[in-house]
Amino acid sequence: MTFVLLIAMFLVSFSDLPVTDSVPEFEISDLKSRISDRQLQISNFKSQISNVQRVIASNSLNNRSLTWPTWSQWRRVLFLSDYNTQVVILGTMMLGMAAGTVGSFTLLRRRALMGDALSHATLPGVGLAFIIATRLGMDGKSLPILLTGAAVSGIAGVAAILYVRNLTRLKEDAALGIVLSVFFGAGVSMLTVIQQMSTGNAAGLESFIYGKTASMDFSDATLIGLSGLFSVIVIGLLFKELTLLCFDEGFAGSRGYPLLLLDVVLMSLVVLVTIIGLQAVGNVLVIALFVMPAAAARFWTQNLKQMTLISAAIGGAGGLVGSAISALLDLPSGPMIVLVCSSLFFVSMVVGIERGVLVRFIRRWELNRNVDRQHLLRGLYELLESRGLPKAAAARQIQSRFLFAELLSYGSWTSHRLMREIERCRRAGLLLRNEDASLSLTEVGLGEASRLAHEHRLWEMYLITHADVAPGRVDQSADAIEHVLEPELIARLEKLLQQKLAIQGIAPSPHPIEPLGDAS
Amino acid sequence: MSGLANWSWSLDGWIVLAGILCAVAASLPGNFLLLRRMSLLGDAISHAILPGLAIAFLISESRSSVPMFLGAVIVGILTALFTEWIRNFGDVDEGASMGVVFTTLFALGLILIIQTADHVDLDPGCVLFGAIETTPLHTVLIGTWQIPRVVVVLTTVSLVNLLLIVVFFKELKLSAFDPSLSTSLGINSRLMHYLLTVMVAVTAVASFESVGNILVVAMFVVPPATAYLLTERLRNMILISALIAASSAIIGHVSALVVPRWFGFRSTSTAGMMALSAGLLFFVASLVSPRNGVLVRIIRRQKLAWRILSEDLIALLYRMDERRSGSAATVDQLRAVLFSGRWLSSLLMSQHARRGHVVAISNGYQLTDAGRRLGAELVRSHRLWEQYLVSEGGVAIDRIHGQAEKLEHFTGRDLRGRLEQETSSPATDPHGQPIPPE
Repeated sequence: MTFVLLIAMFLVSFSDLPVTDSVPEFEISDLKSRISDRQLQISNFKSQISNVQRVIASNSLNNRSLTWPTWSQWRRVLFLSDYNTQVVILGTMMLGMAAGTVGSFTLLRRRALMGDALSHATLPGVGLAFIIATRLGMDGKSLPILLTGAAVSGIAGVAAILYVRNLTRLKEDAALGIVLSVFFGAGVSMLTVIQQMSTGNAAGLESFIYGKTASMDFSDATLIGLSGLFSVIVIGLLFKELTLLCFDEGFAGSRGYPLLLLDVVLMSLVVLVTIIGLQAVGNVLVIALFVMPAAAARFWTQNLKQMTLISAAIGGAGGLVGSAISALLDLPSGPMIVLVCSSLFFVSMVVGIERGVLVRFIRRWELNRNVDRQHLLRGLYELLESRGLPKAAAARQIQSRFLFAELLSYGSWTSHRLMREIERCRRAGLLLRNEDASLSLTEVGLGEASRLAHEHRLWEMYLITHADVAPGRVDQSADAIEHVLEPELIARLEKLLQQKLAIQGIAPSPHPIEPLGDAS
Repeated sequence: MSGLANWSWSLDGWIVLAGILCAVAASLPGNFLLLRRMSLLGDAISHAILPGLAIAFLISESRSSVPMFLGAVIVGILTALFTEWIRNFGDVDEGASMGVVFTTLFALGLILIIQTADHVDLDPGCVLFGAIETTPLHTVLIGTWQIPRVVVVLTTVSLVNLLLIVVFFKELKLSAFDPSLSTSLGINSRLMHYLLTVMVAVTAVASFESVGNILVVAMFVVPPATAYLLTERLRNMILISALIAASSAIIGHVSALVVPRWFGFRSTSTAGMMALSAGLLFFVASLVSPRNGVLVRIIRRQKLAWRILSEDLIALLYRMDERRSGSAATVDQLRAVLFSGRWLSSLLMSQHARRGHVVAISNGYQLTDAGRRLGAELVRSHRLWEQYLVSEGGVAIDRIHGQAEKLEHFTGRDLRGRLEQETSSPATDPHGQPIPPE
């Protein structure tokens, strides 16, 4: 309702009011003197902010329709015969691997979006480095100078995150958000100023910030490779310490590990990979490379070492396949790499063998089936008891027959569910269907049923004697736990209760068994 | 202040007003985002709405504001929904699922836009990234007033946000602090979550379109975070965050005109400087916040350290006096025992002299009667604690001194009375030193 109201108010404010683009007359003289200044600002502003425009501009606009690549294009990409494609694919692959490795630690540290904050935090450094270098008469656009600026301001961003997180009562997400927006604001202010500088042409700065994948050259790829190798080596050396930091900060601190230093090392690695990634492939892509491979790897394993390897592999595959597709279809490589990574993420999320949605669904389904079967068998045992047969000879118990309608009214199950479960038990050899359509327990079934009833009652009695739960309420509590009781626990329960209650054989029920409402 | 020489209310006034409105509109829901630990949602939405714009453009075949706005808002809300779904179904950390969603949507949007760019010129820059400096250029006529369109839009957004927060204050508050309690009280916390999401998406998109995304992303996070440091009450936090948002908008625009002049430039981005001013206000608040400020805590600790040293000086003089009545000590002799700084010790001793606790005689300082009483209290606390630790705490005799040394500074008359009772009024401490009477 409120949403409709909102929309309506917006429609009013957007459309119904007469829009006049003319400037009121009394301001003309004032405006004229200042409008040029403003418009310069505005155009600068727009040109910096919209990286969308940049992507469009950096790609030729002539032929944008998707065409299926010809065989020669396939061959060029697949066999890496084109030198440029070779370099780009290799570079993005190494970047993906480095980001995947570092990213699995930032993910576990619950700072998945740290790459986001730090990639924005490098911006003012780039601007400042350019201004200072130009003022000193150097070439402001030389890569080492800009990278140094980016690194310095990235480290400042790390310091700011640590300041907010450790010295105020704000949490991780607020620290990242503050650093991201304030540093980015400072960076934009810096770049706006740079646009006004008469000396030095700032035209290349944006590509430094927003990436220039297609024009990646060999030195860029080497830089990525070396930095990636460096970060992998650092992670390898500090593997144990970083693992502790991510999983149990308090324990790591109590063992005397320098937490702050480790935190700084981890974030510096993020800064390093971010910087090389930024100037190679752009802002948003770097964030994606930090988050997605690691989050995808989490679905496949519970082991950190394996997770790091899988994450690196997924990152590498994302870079490789993404830039190959972009070379084939002539699409920008940054977004393609992101899309390949996110496809890998979603596939992992569904089919991942450790925490994937499908696996967890199957596990739950199996548990439900087990619970259903146990309810049926226990219900049968209780019915037997109500006929006064439990102490009778096993042979007579087996011959005892149950009608479907009787079972249906005994538990709170639907006839379809009951039918399905009966069928399953019959196939498992626990039940027999007699010629008159009534059911009987087999010998195995009887053993299983009495074991289940026994376990259920043990737990009920435990609740009554040791947890002071009223006998009328134990049935449901026991119901919740009986399906996951381990054999060792049963043995301990038996020992505990046999001493107290002198139970022989199968325990009697501690409360009257009512036909309906039991066995939910 | 040369930058303000050509300040004109009809231009700069509107720009500042638009900035204030945007800042306030964003900071209102930002408070709840902060409490729910979803501060980065604004940033995520600012990236994610791109495909919404592209699809709205493809469907409507026009660049008019309304379909673009709707498309962006819908995708903004979807961003929050997808984030929630991935978090629930995939059991993924909140930040990670947000990262997955917004980067994917952004990449999708880029590809869509590039694919459609050859049909008509779709310039998302002009829809997505408004510039606050253009505020006075597009006006609408309301009554007899020429009012910038941006101001009208942002006023609407601010008022709607304010209204929603006032009406649903209790519900939003409960579901932000304790979702399960709010559910058990019959408030649908999920519904509140979506209401908040809609508020954020609408505010974000309306602001991107009019004043640019830097400003609004900053205002979602920074003013609420600042207010969070300054107060413990949600109502005050919201008010303070709105005030801080408004002041950072004013400071930001003024400094955008003034600061660059110091370095020989004309002016700089207003939105950027507004974000930066908000950051500076945050930094100041984090330093001097009355309860938790970093600087405040340092000063508090330093004052405590000084008080302890000053008490230690008197207690040491008392012990010397105890050994040889009327003895005096120079500051250097005291420092040799206490390992304290020369400057600070001299200062504290002269303070004691001013208060009449000690008098300076030829060979140093000597306790007066007032000083002796003070020293006796401290030494009495110390020795009572030692006795207590041995008799009641069972601590070994060689380990009690350090603890008693700490505790003596936090022991008042009442506690000394209790200690005396517990230890049944001993005459000496475990080391055999006499315990001075009260």
